[in-house]
Amino acid sequence: MLVERWNDAAGGFHPASAADYLPKGKLQEVQLRRLRAVVERAYANVALVRERMQADGVRPDDITQLSDIGRLPFTVKTDLRDTYPFGLFASPMSEIVRLHASSGTTGKPIVVAYTREDLGVWAEVMTRTFACCGLHRGDILQNAFGYGLFTGGLGAHYGAEALGATVIPVSGGNTERQLMVMQDFNVTAVCATPSYFIHVIERATEMGIDLRTLPLHTGIFGAEPWSDVMRQRIEEGAGIKAYDIYGLSEIIGPGVASECEAQHGLHVFEDHFYPEIIDPESGEPLPDGAEGELVLTTLSKQAMPVIRYRTRDITRIIAEPCRCGRSIRRIQRIGRRSDDMFIIRGVNVFPSQVEAALLAVEGTLPHYQIILTRQGGLDQMTVEVEVTPEVFSDKVRALEDVRTKIAKAIEHILGIRVTLRLVEPRTIARSEGKARRVIDQREI
Amino acid sequence: MKLQQLSVFLENRPGHLAAPLTLLAQEGINILSLSLADTAQFGILRMIVRDWERAHAILKNAEWVVNLTEVVAVDVQDRPGGLAEVLQSAGDVGLKIEYMYAFSMRRDQRAALIFRFEDPDRAIAHLKAQGHHVIEAEELFAAVEG
Repeated sequence: MLVERWNDAAGGFHPASAADYLPKGKLQEVQLRRLRAVVERAYANVALVRERMQADGVRPDDITQLSDIGRLPFTVKTDLRDTYPFGLFASPMSEIVRLHASSGTTGKPIVVAYTREDLGVWAEVMTRTFACCGLHRGDILQNAFGYGLFTGGLGAHYGAEALGATVIPVSGGNTERQLMVMQDFNVTAVCATPSYFIHVIERATEMGIDLRTLPLHTGIFGAEPWSDVMRQRIEEGAGIKAYDIYGLSEIIGPGVASECEAQHGLHVFEDHFYPEIIDPESGEPLPDGAEGELVLTTLSKQAMPVIRYRTRDITRIIAEPCRCGRSIRRIQRIGRRSDDMFIIRGVNVFPSQVEAALLAVEGTLPHYQIILTRQGGLDQMTVEVEVTPEVFSDKVRALEDVRTKIAKAIEHILGIRVTLRLVEPRTIARSEGKARRVIDQREI
Repeated sequence: MKLQQLSVFLENRPGHLAAPLTLLAQEGINILSLSLADTAQFGILRMIVRDWERAHAILKNAEWVVNLTEVVAVDVQDRPGGLAEVLQSAGDVGLKIEYMYAFSMRRDQRAALIFRFEDPDRAIAHLKAQGHHVIEAEELFAAVEG
């Protein structure tokens, strides 16, 4: 009756979550054993890894303690593109039971593979994710992550089923149908990208539906960085607790890390994904607590082991004990990516800074896009913002005011002039519910 | 006393005015009058239609940004000075006009002036007290569409 027990409040947990509570020494034992195995596997089966290790004079046997991971070569996103489609696979196709691919906004997508065992690990870490967010058997989950090549939909789907929740595979889009399902099926939890869910809340308000009166109590959000202001807007607008989850296709999909009830950092399922923080400039490892780029190594992946993958996400490791009782370490919520950053007229700019200005003026985050161009040798930054019913007015002066206020707020934060263009709704492209924030058209 | 005007946000680009108007045409909605405010970058299409609730729903469902604004229609003689007298009267008591447009009606050489006042209620009371004919929605539609 293990399943019944974790439903009780008396400190029980889902059996899949047992690894969340491993004592540090035991956890490190598991990590080292798995690290040695995955390095051996990659060395034996993936030419790119073997060649780089040979060039550095490192052999799998050299890994005798966890800190030796720093001797291994990094893997970067372009490695996955350069070996497109199957070059990093460590299993024959006869053992691979699933392929996914990234949405690929530029050029070829990246392809990732799973053996049956990998799918089992994926379902396990997603079960642990949902348990972290307080879901259990009996919850009715509306999964609005996109189903298809994107890892979000199916990743969440099998994890929630393994947990014992009721899954509604509604996928992304068709907001009115989402709202109908949410009302009619007694939905208690929802998975979505945060920007899409804000759209759902806005549409509900327009249709006179008060989400706060529904049984919905939990939202699980990921696939793009989102601010604390967005979280507050979601929690207040829908009357739910909104949790941040983290993952990436290159590593497994969703299920790498998840917030718990404390909503203070995301627990990394580090018995499967080993986290390091490095200085993004020098590549040198940084101690727990220091901010830098997150690097992940898959400890148990079979089909596509990934060694020291540079995520480009900027965060820090929180090693202090969490009040939820889990012993696995946490990462701070990711606010920015090192490759989202762009430099314009010598100024480093993160899209999150533009978001802060938009939120300050509009109160909610509209869809927006930053376009960089070069005219006569001078870089220009244009921000396109979709007009929302909240800011629209029949008066030209009122709209010009909105436009000026946003432009001034951005200029105030960045210290550079921007052109602000108000555009019609739906004119900024979205892929899988994720918005592409920066379009760099500069010829350099 | 007040009319509902539909306002639609448009980008100032070729073809962008046609799209919402084509949509309304397909739904059999006749436009009594419209005016277009434009800047270099965007425009606002303002329209008076009889079936404004349905038109509003149609545009909204097609995900146009559209809102409703209360405007005041004044029925005047279609002759030199017809408009000037109303403007004079409004100016006398400091009524603020955000914008206005006008069109002639088929009936009796008359014209309708559509005003977006900052304070429509005060404007109506004043104009009526001054003997101007503030026209009701039904009367206006009957006069124009017959």
